[in-house]
Amino acid sequence: MKAEYLNPFLSGTVNVLKTMASVTPVPGKPFVKKDKLSKGDISGVIGLTGAKQGSVVVSFTAGCALRVVSAMLMEEYTELNDDVRDAVGEITNMISGDARKHLAEAGLKFEAGIPTVIAGKGHEISHSSDGPCIVIPFKCDGLEFFVEASFDS
Amino acid sequence: MADLDMKILVVDDFATMRKIVTNLLRQLGFKNIQDADDGTTALAKLKEEKFDFVISDWNMPKMSGLELLKTVKGDADLKDTPFMMVTAEALKENIIAAIQAGANDYIVKPFNAATLEEKIKKIFK
Repeated sequence: MKAEYLNPFLSGTVNVLKTMASVTPVPGKPFVKKDKLSKGDISGVIGLTGAKQGSVVVSFTAGCALRVVSAMLMEEYTELNDDVRDAVGEITNMISGDARKHLAEAGLKFEAGIPTVIAGKGHEISHSSDGPCIVIPFKCDGLEFFVEASFDS
Repeated sequence: MADLDMKILVVDDFATMRKIVTNLLRQLGFKNIQDADDGTTALAKLKEEKFDFVISDWNMPKMSGLELLKTVKGDADLKDTPFMMVTAEALKENIIAAIQAGANDYIVKPFNAATLEEKIKKIFK
């Protein structure tokens, strides 16, 4: 996958979490995901169409989701309840929107669907596109989350 | 100047965003805030009681923010209600569509209290 596709998701993730949750996620080294197993415990999934068909997943470990959502909503969450699920969906939506804004500036126009959220240890997510799935790992106050993107080749 | 007692309607199908926007408005000192989880509920509330300001999401099922905006601006009793679109879609054509439909302004997610305050001040100056 070209860097021009990936970098907006990296910068979008940092921008969204810094602005909405006052946390600064630190990206790690991207890698190619070879299986469908989600890296986190709760994932927001959003489909993209337009310049290419693809999908983006934001997958949080439970601890990270609770940390980020508690900061965003300014109240303490201790379990992955409906509020947290909703917030993960909205975070996914905002990261997608921010990334799409930068992709559009580079001449790559995308439209996004409404995000869905899947929760549970060991859940699987299949990307419908035929291109590789690239994962950007992030750390947020020592807690992990992952942003995956896959587009048709 | 925006009146801190003005009645504000926050419209978004995501409970998270309704909570975030409400929290930010309260941080800015606004006290009289109600919310609606979709465009049709929002329209019913607007027809029932007078609101001084509407902040609406763009992408919503049943009735989108743009459809709500057009309906409000086409209604003789509601058309003068200041209306701001909240969007993750910062695409130029969407912004143009919102302004042409009568939005007073738009704000792009993600945003913080300072950005929201700036937008509100601009609308109510």
